[in-house]
Amino acid sequence: MAEFGNSGWEAVIGLEVHAQLNTKSKMFSPDSTKFDAGDNQNIHPISLALPGTLPRVNKGAIESSVKTGLALGCEIRNKSVFSRKNYFYPDLPKGYQISQFDEPLCEHGSIEFFVGKEKKTVGITRAHMEEDAGKSTHHGEYSLINLNRAGIPLLEIVSEPDIRSSKEAAEYAKAIRSVLRYLDVCDGNMEEGSLRCDCNVSVRKVGTEKFGTKVELKNINSFRFVEKAIDYEIQRQIDCLESGEEIIQQTRLYDSAKNKTFAMRKKEEAHDYRYFPDPDLLPVSIEDSWIETIKSSLPELPRQRAERFVSEYELPEYDALVLTQEKAVADYYEKVVKESKSPKASSNWIMTELMRELKESKTEIENSPITAAHMGELVGLVEAKTLSGKMAKAVFADMWSTSKSPKAIVAEKGMSQITDPAQIAEIAKKVIAASPGQHEQYKAGKVKLFGFFVGQLMKESKGQANPEIVNKVLKELL
Amino acid sequence: MENIIYKNAIDLNADFISGKHTAVEITQAFLDQIEKENKTINAFVRTNDKALKVAAQQDADKLAGKDLGPLAGVPIGIKEMFCTEGLETTACSNLLKGFVPPYSATVVKKLETAGAIIIGKCNQDEFAMGSSNENSCYGDVKNPWNIEHVPGGSSGGSAAAVVAGMSPITMGTDTGGSIRQPAHFCGVVGVKPTYGRVSRYGIIAFASSLDQAGPFSKTVKESALVCEVISGQDPMDGTTSSLPVPEWSKNISADLKGMKVGLPKEYFSDAIEADVKEAVDKSIEWVKAAGAEIVEVSLPNTHLSIPVYYLVATSEASSNLSRYDGVRYGQRSDFEANPPKDLADFYSRNRGEGFGEEVKRRIMLGTYALSSGYFDAYYKKACQVRRVLKNDFEEAFKKCDVLLSPVATTPAFKINEKTSDPLAMYLNDIYTTSTNLAGLPGMSVPCGMTKSGLPIGLQLTASHFEEQKMFNVAQAVEDAADQVKRWPNG
Repeated sequence: MAEFGNSGWEAVIGLEVHAQLNTKSKMFSPDSTKFDAGDNQNIHPISLALPGTLPRVNKGAIESSVKTGLALGCEIRNKSVFSRKNYFYPDLPKGYQISQFDEPLCEHGSIEFFVGKEKKTVGITRAHMEEDAGKSTHHGEYSLINLNRAGIPLLEIVSEPDIRSSKEAAEYAKAIRSVLRYLDVCDGNMEEGSLRCDCNVSVRKVGTEKFGTKVELKNINSFRFVEKAIDYEIQRQIDCLESGEEIIQQTRLYDSAKNKTFAMRKKEEAHDYRYFPDPDLLPVSIEDSWIETIKSSLPELPRQRAERFVSEYELPEYDALVLTQEKAVADYYEKVVKESKSPKASSNWIMTELMRELKESKTEIENSPITAAHMGELVGLVEAKTLSGKMAKAVFADMWSTSKSPKAIVAEKGMSQITDPAQIAEIAKKVIAASPGQHEQYKAGKVKLFGFFVGQLMKESKGQANPEIVNKVLKELL
Repeated sequence: MENIIYKNAIDLNADFISGKHTAVEITQAFLDQIEKENKTINAFVRTNDKALKVAAQQDADKLAGKDLGPLAGVPIGIKEMFCTEGLETTACSNLLKGFVPPYSATVVKKLETAGAIIIGKCNQDEFAMGSSNENSCYGDVKNPWNIEHVPGGSSGGSAAAVVAGMSPITMGTDTGGSIRQPAHFCGVVGVKPTYGRVSRYGIIAFASSLDQAGPFSKTVKESALVCEVISGQDPMDGTTSSLPVPEWSKNISADLKGMKVGLPKEYFSDAIEADVKEAVDKSIEWVKAAGAEIVEVSLPNTHLSIPVYYLVATSEASSNLSRYDGVRYGQRSDFEANPPKDLADFYSRNRGEGFGEEVKRRIMLGTYALSSGYFDAYYKKACQVRRVLKNDFEEAFKKCDVLLSPVATTPAFKINEKTSDPLAMYLNDIYTTSTNLAGLPGMSVPCGMTKSGLPIGLQLTASHFEEQKMFNVAQAVEDAADQVKRWPNG
């Protein structure tokens, strides 16, 4: 399924997703994690690594990590250890990053998701806590460092090398993001860097057991780029191997403008991190009772919700998956159904009309000018045949631009559908009387002219006449 | 007039409370002594120019009838390892020259709350790495008993300051003996509390799993009181213990009936100099006379403590000192005159010029011990043996309450005697490092003098959080030795 052309190569991919946890304060210090603070505003002496400062663990970050671990089906260690990862870089204030090495908090989980119509399961090797570094920006002669980000809690979620294509990789990343957002532990914003994704890619001949030499791809800041970077890298590796070259184990940066990956300078990656347990922090002890409490408070997760949508609303699985990927969309959908009482029609309206408008205007569903209640009302009006499909689309457009309720728009414009046969017959008589010539021809056998009369009638009724009744009445009268 | 500078902290506090002396008078007396003696001894690297202001405030508070702490009116010298808000703090390293912390160590805050007046910052070995106070960017400290001799280290300035009458009490840190050994060399009481008793927040880290702050004083009771003030759980240091802090100073008793004092046989080797041996033997008799039963115990892996210590301490130090890179604070190389070639050059010049020889040696040792391919053989192995050493102590404390031993094999050696042989210098720590590896409380109490007039200390070690037992034995030794009355100048 994931072979490349007829070349007989197969890709083996594993992802490391770094999720910034949305705690109020940092992983080991009391300063704020706010993204939009001015440069170097959130810099407690601990974040600055002033002499003598010590880290202290943010319990909220551990709770968020345990939550995520449980949602990914991981085992949670009762005792996990923080280790120091030692390396020098100007935006790493302590000269080491506090991370977890051989005793991570969460291990041995998995996640299920769909790639198109196919279900895929990817193993989660581990999920461990660590702190973020600051941010460097380089300006030719000089570099600037902003330490607001230094110390923000990260959860690094490492997958098994179970992924076989770029598409699967992107869907995996989306599924992880979806879980994080359902749990409300990470905002999942890839552009702002609160979700980052490193991809380990290697290729091997189909049928071989042994993994090829892997290359780590960094600097990928959208799901689209996950796909593009991996596709480029797979092809590069195949080309290398087919021309008799060897793959060098290295870190490569993805350049989205050029759609290429570039090797980082060797010097920068030749690290011996000298991991050892951080003597400033006691091992984190987590009691089973706390894990149970967290487990019992876990919200409904995307997979479970999709399954419920299929059983409760009798939606096709595809609809259920699309609607549940984002918690906000699923919440919106359920509010719409509550109002409209028509699950499938509601799904159609959201997945087509609303999603299109949201996408075009780059609006989050939470900020949609059309509230879920209004959307439900609109679907209800269509289902009750008060509005025709065509009229409903016009009303939808008005709703989008004015945020008014559909009933208000219908009332303002006198748009509701005419379903009274007597009223339609009145209009029909008028239309027939106005075109005696056509009427004669029709009677003479030119039945094609029926369409002409329908058109005239709809025009006369400003599109409000119910088409089915129009057909019936016109046939009788003509 | 009585000489203020030879009074102990408890008496000074009483004099202040009773109105015999004002805080300003007391502070001024010690500042004058520093002015007079520091040129020779070099125990202080700077005085606190706000000390008299703080003292004046205390005098005003007293008149206003405000509550005064147990150390009110008492000047205190603080080792240069402790961050002091608004007062330069350098760890006696060129790299940190000019660094003024925006906050104070928890210990410093607690001392200030108790009324202690910070009179200045004490000299030490750079980043507390040394046993002789010969590794300071501010120069060597001289032993007040004989200025040709070292005061010990790394808290050499703090120990010398007390016995030179520059400050009635001082603070030090002890990672492998850095309080106990200089206390022994200078003839003062020096206490390292149980690891976890005292917050390390704001104390410049040398080796995080070993570092512990503690006091120097002329008498056991003063040190016990300071330990009470500085101990207790600190939310800023996750390794501090939540155990309540007893009133050690009030509970001190020199009656040792029912107490078993253990002599670890491995600590009584032939390497011990005769004068030291004699003083320690005499102490054993005093302890016996105070009612204690003497038992022999064994710490069979003592010979491993030095290699284990120098692996654990240097490994942690190599990481702890990474933050001194010249990026955010501290001294930078002269990049105006000679711009850095690249990032590596920026780092290596800042650190290469900033750190002294001994610090560089230890960073390299520790970096090596943690490197891939060596980690298992060095750091990991050392941690395993550390566990074995801890177990040895646990076994020993099943047979006794307090361990009694020499602090070191010799009294204070001469300046430059061991500087060319780092290994000989490291071996000086043979009896002190395992206390830190096991996290135990330990102290040195003066017990005698050599024929040539150098002081000798006695090391007492208790099991975890059993400081009281150690203070009681020390009190019995202090009473018998009557060393308290001795001062280098008569």
